[in-house]
Amino acid sequence: MTKVKVAVLGSGNIGTDLLYKLRRSSVLELTAMIGIDPASDGLARAKQLGCATFDTGLNDFLEQQPELAEIIFDATSAKAHIRHAKALRNAGKVAIDLTPAAVGALVVPTVNIQEHLNETNLNLVTCGGQATIPIVHAIQRVAPVEYAEIVATISSKSAGPGTRANIDEFTETTARGIENIGGAKKGKAIIILNPAEPPILMRDTVYALVERERLDRAAITRSIVETVRAIQSYVPGYRLRTEPLFDDNKVTVFLEVEGAGDYLPTYSGNLDIMTAAAVKVAEEIARHRLEGAAIGEEMQS
Amino acid sequence: MSVQRDVVITEVALRDGSHAIAHQYTVEQVLQVAKALGEANVPYIEVSHGDGLGGSSLQYGLSRTNEMELIEAAVSVCGPAKIAVLVIPGIGTIKQMKEAANLGVKMARIATHVTEADVSAQHLSVAKEMGLETVGFLMMAHMAPVEKLVEQAALMESYGADTVYIVDSAGALLPHQVRERVRALRQSLGVNIGFHAHNNLSLAMANTLAAIEEGAQRIDGSIRCLGAGAGNTQTEVLVAVLDRMGIQTGIDLYKIMDAAEEIVAPILQVPQEITRDNLVLGYAGVYSSFLLHAQRASKRFAIDSRDILVELGKRQVVGGQEDMIVDVAAELAQQQP
Repeated sequence: MTKVKVAVLGSGNIGTDLLYKLRRSSVLELTAMIGIDPASDGLARAKQLGCATFDTGLNDFLEQQPELAEIIFDATSAKAHIRHAKALRNAGKVAIDLTPAAVGALVVPTVNIQEHLNETNLNLVTCGGQATIPIVHAIQRVAPVEYAEIVATISSKSAGPGTRANIDEFTETTARGIENIGGAKKGKAIIILNPAEPPILMRDTVYALVERERLDRAAITRSIVETVRAIQSYVPGYRLRTEPLFDDNKVTVFLEVEGAGDYLPTYSGNLDIMTAAAVKVAEEIARHRLEGAAIGEEMQS
Repeated sequence: MSVQRDVVITEVALRDGSHAIAHQYTVEQVLQVAKALGEANVPYIEVSHGDGLGGSSLQYGLSRTNEMELIEAAVSVCGPAKIAVLVIPGIGTIKQMKEAANLGVKMARIATHVTEADVSAQHLSVAKEMGLETVGFLMMAHMAPVEKLVEQAALMESYGADTVYIVDSAGALLPHQVRERVRALRQSLGVNIGFHAHNNLSLAMANTLAAIEEGAQRIDGSIRCLGAGAGNTQTEVLVAVLDRMGIQTGIDLYKIMDAAEEIVAPILQVPQEITRDNLVLGYAGVYSSFLLHAQRASKRFAIDSRDILVELGKRQVVGGQEDMIVDVAAELAQQQP
């Protein structure tokens, strides 16, 4: 089967973890990693895996071998992505943005990717958003959600300098995603860093206040379980800690995310769910493109 | 008229006390308390949800009244006193801090867990740019060794904090531990050192005096002990004690006593005392605002609230993790025969 060629931009922890996940994909072909630090572990590993490597940034890649990738994963920083977004758009590439820049459409694979298959810049919201927005949406499918609030607790070790330097971006972007993608009338997000040793797994709590008349406990639980299974197809360590709790019109859902341990340690489920979701988004786009191409060929013959 | 203040007190009942009354402050109550505190010449009065700006939530408890209305009310009657707000990055945002500043707030206290100071960089520097007086607030200070505390406090100083507080959120520190922490910060930092106590082990006053003896210049108190858990260092008592020691706070003793007795006491549904649950907060080293949540979970799952709190302490849960209380209670209930 033909695959769609992809490259990873950014040779830090996130970019390197992506390398390993992309190698397992049946529709994506990893060809290159682009960084700015020739001494980075990420570029060394990419070379070992047989990828082309560029250590002088995106522009050189686009000038020298742009044909190596249709889809580029940006795992750099929000500031750098603003610049990258423009260059990638001009070069006709699809950008999958794992930074908090939120230049393009906010996407969560199990919820709204089908609406954005033709976009050229897609943003992965936040780790907390990837873990919780699908649950808000699962509840919303059954009973309209008047208010949803999520609390993401991550180990201090898995909170990178980008998250720390601009933590409001997390709370504000996640809240927006809860409303626009999850469908809650009003959303709120809280993030907590816990320094315990050994590091804790990522934990997420979702609270939703639903319309009383539409509160069907069994149907809500079924819908949540279905969503958890769908997410497990790309994040195997994503799970419910207990059955959803019901308290008048309040639904409480406790989640835990264990990472796959590709490059990042298993406790950093928050980072794993981002890289896994990014790959999932790219795969959906690739399938859509490959199907489109196949239909085009059929029509010609 | 300038008043001599050897120690500068921040009254926290209208913020920390919000935990004790499940965030039910009304505009009327805040008007009365802030007016009385202003008349008693209290220099700073902190007003916000117990978990700081934006704390109103299902996780921590919804505020009965929008905190911005409470802040506006306090500003309107506090006279020469300055209104402060608490901001915990990850809960409250710079946007909310700006909104509060526009209402007349003069001091921003930016709080993080004792090991996570770097999340306060942006909030502290923006507060400073806005012309606010800035405080870095290192919570759950008992959970880190002294060297770590010093390193984190130095970070807050570098971000622009005018004062850095050692915050004993669990009321777990012992006097000699307070002493060594204040001393270490005095040796390494150029800015003011502050201390915030909780009275869960009946050590708030002793710890506060230890901090002052080691050179802390900023102290938090809550009038009538109206703070989370067993409350904080009781402001009116502290004013009296310091007066006897010849340390000037600039606060009028009779007026602050009257405010405690006539205005604050009626707000409390039950008097603040060291109940067994409060004692366990300090003993197990758990965030004081977990108290009411643990008591509710205890009823719901028929588990001794002390067992819940001790288990939370074992798991090194930090401030803000109220969702862990129900989670742990549910788990303990399952383990019961």
